[in-house]
Amino acid sequence: MKDFESVQLNDVSRHFGRRRALARLSLTARAGDILGLLGPNGAGKSTLLGVLSTIVVPTTGEVTYGDRTARRWGAPLRRRIGLLAHELHLYAELTARQNLTFFAELYGLNPAAVVNAALERAGLVDRADDDVSGFSRGMRQRLALERALLHAPRLVLFDEPFTGLDDRSVAAVTDRLRALAADGAIVVVATHDLDLADGLVTRVALIRDGRLLADEPAAAGLRARYRAVVGN
Amino acid sequence: MFFRIALLVLRKDFAIEVKSREILTMTLLFAVSCVLVFAFALVKEGEAPPDAAPAILWIAIMFSGTLALGRTFERERYGETLRALLLAPAPRPALYVGKLLGVVSLLGVAELVLVPLVAFFFGAPFFVKPLLMLLMLVAGTVGFAAVGTLFAAMLMRVRTRDVLLPILLYPITVPVIIAGVRGTAALLATPADETTATMWLAIVLAFDVVFITLSLWTFEVLMTE
Repeated sequence: MKDFESVQLNDVSRHFGRRRALARLSLTARAGDILGLLGPNGAGKSTLLGVLSTIVVPTTGEVTYGDRTARRWGAPLRRRIGLLAHELHLYAELTARQNLTFFAELYGLNPAAVVNAALERAGLVDRADDDVSGFSRGMRQRLALERALLHAPRLVLFDEPFTGLDDRSVAAVTDRLRALAADGAIVVVATHDLDLADGLVTRVALIRDGRLLADEPAAAGLRARYRAVVGN
Repeated sequence: MFFRIALLVLRKDFAIEVKSREILTMTLLFAVSCVLVFAFALVKEGEAPPDAAPAILWIAIMFSGTLALGRTFERERYGETLRALLLAPAPRPALYVGKLLGVVSLLGVAELVLVPLVAFFFGAPFFVKPLLMLLMLVAGTVGFAAVGTLFAAMLMRVRTRDVLLPILLYPITVPVIIAGVRGTAALLATPADETTATMWLAIVLAFDVVFITLSLWTFEVLMTE
């Protein structure tokens, strides 16, 4: 299957009942980009990630992955998307190894080839056979991140990936995101942590009330730019 | 691919249930309590009212099944794991079939306890025509669970899901339950009325085919946000 080089949102709107979550948003993310979706709580960042992941269908507008829409790609597109959502998509009753094995099999991967390496990257080899319910938020976050990347996705979508992580883990995740982008993945990170986004993202999309206020290359002084465009 | 995914989901649910035993314990407790309440209310001086057994059996299956359905999907709500399942490149109807097999297996275990219990308290000869009785129970359970699994998945993100599930589920599955009760009653009659039971079984099977086909057809659409 030929991979796509970019993801493009064309005039995408999404309403939940009478509430407008996204309003006529157009945006492009390219291979090698780390696109930061920045905005206050409720800006529409998570909905936008949902739309990009194909889980949420736009009310109007369309999303194209390369030259095709999600409908035209069908199920194989989902093999190329990795989503780390705010909710971690882990079964608390299962062990770290069981979680990774289940999702590896769900994606048609050989667990023996990927699970141990993922546990190692998550720093959870010693806790591999412990139930996830006993993990701290940081440990869960690291495991969820590896779960989302098990199948080496082309489009990597992260919603607040630094939640609950200590400094060392933040550095590890940051390095991981840079490596993914360097390998040609399209990385989209939604966060309201400007300090962590500064220096990591290569493009920024500033969002408020579901509207795209700015889409530009990242530059020094991200916080000042954010204040000027989005407000406090 | 389709059945591999369905079995994978079933195996995962089984692994979780083996560890927690949460849903099975709750379902069994509720089902047994239901039968005991009916037994204490209706059995007088060791005499059970005639024809009560099939109704009580199916009421216990229906109520405990509703409880099991709700809890099965509540589990997928924590951590939004249903979203993770839907995001996988697997055929989405296979996810539905996996969850359905899990619910049917759970209710099957509950019935292993319920049938002897109802037979004991209500003096019902459940084992005179074991094969037909087994088919009736399996067909009725599958019909009830087919619709229930679809609705429980669909209502997962609705705040009032616990109220809405029975409101939506019972009117639609009532034909299956009625056919199950009548078919079971025919098998418990003395002598067992095989012709009538077979007719009711055919009706239940027809509902099963309709319910499963519609559920497979609509699951993907209904699960898209």
